[in-house]
Amino acid sequence: MAEVVELGKRSDTKVREAAWAAAAAVPDPEIPVVTVADLGILRSVDIDADGAVVARVTPTYSGCPATRMIEQMVLEALQNAGFGDVRVESVLSPAWTTDWISNEGREKLRQFGIAPPQKTSNSKRALFGETVVNCPRCGSAETERVSEFGSTPCKALYRCKACKEPFDYFKCL
Amino acid sequence: MAKGNILFTYLLRLADDHLILSQRLGEWAGHAPTLEEDLALTNIALDLIGQARSLYSYAGAVEGQGRDEDQLAFTRPERDYVNALIVEQPNGDFAHTIVRQFFIAAFMVPFWREMEKSGDDQLAAIAAKASKEVAYHLRHASEWVVRLGDGTDESHARMVEALEDLVMYTGELFEKDPVTDAAIEAGFAVDVSALEDEWRQTVEQVLGEAMLALPEVGYMQTGGRDGIHSEHLGHILSELQYMQRTYPGLTW
Repeated sequence: MAEVVELGKRSDTKVREAAWAAAAAVPDPEIPVVTVADLGILRSVDIDADGAVVARVTPTYSGCPATRMIEQMVLEALQNAGFGDVRVESVLSPAWTTDWISNEGREKLRQFGIAPPQKTSNSKRALFGETVVNCPRCGSAETERVSEFGSTPCKALYRCKACKEPFDYFKCL
Repeated sequence: MAKGNILFTYLLRLADDHLILSQRLGEWAGHAPTLEEDLALTNIALDLIGQARSLYSYAGAVEGQGRDEDQLAFTRPERDYVNALIVEQPNGDFAHTIVRQFFIAAFMVPFWREMEKSGDDQLAAIAAKASKEVAYHLRHASEWVVRLGDGTDESHARMVEALEDLVMYTGELFEKDPVTDAAIEAGFAVDVSALEDEWRQTVEQVLGEAMLALPEVGYMQTGGRDGIHSEHLGHILSELQYMQRTYPGLTW
């Protein structure tokens, strides 16, 4: 309770920054190395006219089963940070794309062993319109797609022909 | 019919298409020919159920009778379902599932693309998400059509049979009636009759690559939009709705 009173004294900008920081730190439940802010699915955190904190989140895929859990986790994170009146809204428009994943988020994905969505490549195959995914472990472009559908709606299954390791690719949307 | 009623019916048709196809694809869970394909079909089912949920939730809000997505999905009888007949057709062998999926995805790609221009913001937002997802569905189905059509004698023969069995359900996708006319007039709907040429082009191009051809058909099945279904829908619903029928209002 003491925290709530203290927050009330701050300016709106400060409150919004504190609320953003609390919501932004929530990890993705299926890929916990990245946060909802890294993925770009936490769209905004605002204070409405009544002083309530309103966080807006957007799904990656329409059917992503983690969407509800993410909304719940953002709600709890804000409540745990001392915000009493909290609302989490789901917004569809504009539709999320993998371009919204931050550079930091991409690097975290790669280090975790998931190839981040790729737009550019150092391989000649990319010149012929082929999507070339570099292996997140050894960096080789000699990889092949096993299946366009993987362990979660946002990932595809790949295999590296250089280091022989299978890996997940966060596919472009 | 008032504008609200037309939007509600229009949304319900779309939502029913997505839910029933999703349920059909879900039947492959644990039964697909390979593990990767098992994941692919259920992933596509998941996309479809996500799209269905958005559509049902919106339909419930438009109707304003307090019905939510679950009530719309689990408590309406067969005759109140208004999906197109093609989505309820049985999985059959793998060729039948792929041909059904191919016919529908080739339709959904231009459909959702056009729906992004809808005068209804919520429908346009649902379309913007769905558009990106169905592109994957069409590529998946097309790759299988080519692999099976240009595969072995057995796979080719099964594809020919599946095409012959399912082509008569494709006409309904492009049908217009007073509901679609009013919806187009109101500015939120897609004129599906204008998508037929593009659909045919996509389908014929892929079938050509697969050494297959689109069979000529003299008669198209219809009726789903008016709740007149094939014998299959009742069986799907008896499984889909079992829990809510047995224990009405049950929650987890």
